[in-house]
Amino acid sequence: MNAPISSFDPFALVETSAAQVRVASPCGRLSLRARGDLAPLNAALGLTLPEKIGQRVSAGNLEAICLGPDEWKLETETGAVAGIEEACAKVYAELPHALVDISAREATFVIEGVRAAELLTLGCPRDIATIEVGTGRRTVFDGATVLIWRDGESSFRMDVWNSFAPHLFALLDTGCRELAAEAA
Amino acid sequence: MLLIHCPYCEETLPEAEFAHAGQAHIIRPENPSAQTDEEWESFLFIRSNVKGPHYERWRHLHGCGRFFNAVRDTVSDRFLTTYKAGAPRPDLETLTGEVK
Ligand SMILES: [Zn+2]
Repeated sequence: MNAPISSFDPFALVETSAAQVRVASPCGRLSLRARGDLAPLNAALGLTLPEKIGQRVSAGNLEAICLGPDEWKLETETGAVAGIEEACAKVYAELPHALVDISAREATFVIEGVRAAELLTLGCPRDIATIEVGTGRRTVFDGATVLIWRDGESSFRMDVWNSFAPHLFALLDTGCRELAAEAA
Repeated sequence: MLLIHCPYCEETLPEAEFAHAGQAHIIRPENPSAQTDEEWESFLFIRSNVKGPHYERWRHLHGCGRFFNAVRDTVSDRFLTTYKAGAPRPDLETLTGEVK
């Protein structure tokens, strides 16, 4: 198991009248690359991998998002990673693929609150409205590649690489306070 | 900021998600050791410096990660089209006047 590490305070939290940002508990993350007929992998994972970039599919505690024409990211409970690796290894001969445990690579920020979408515009040049609820996108936030999951109109998760996390959290912290100060 | 259409994501997105990756349609010789020094130099280093529509590679770095090709007017910075890597070079005449 690729154990999650934390390069900053795992309980970091900012909460204002505009939005709140907290660090999610560690989870299992896998990067999957494959081409061709995905049926063997779908059977191994117990879900149908989405083929449109940004789309998500979940089954039980496993969620898959399509990041590129031949790339997916899987998120699940920490304890479920080994089982997924084992199931996919069994279909490797049938459909060669790359499945890598990247659990330790990232931290996730949970960003919620009435102005959460506006908070994201602080570092993201992309129109947040084009990320529909229930989908996600890999994009850029203040120079760092991030993966944004839109769980609700004002509810997001942002996966960031550990080395960028303290900087991005500081920026979101400042943003939360500024938006709140503006409203006062 | 420029808006660039990614042919894989099928979305028009801000330039900050993309990285420029040089001239497009440069084909690596099948057998490099059969090349003369001049031919190899030309493959490695010699690029056109177009004023007007230029065929170039871009990469959707902070997105799907894919390399793709584009025709960009180097005078106006306008993208005439973008297309997937490996797709044939679009004919310039069909692009003129077309806004993507
Ligand atoms: Zn793309």
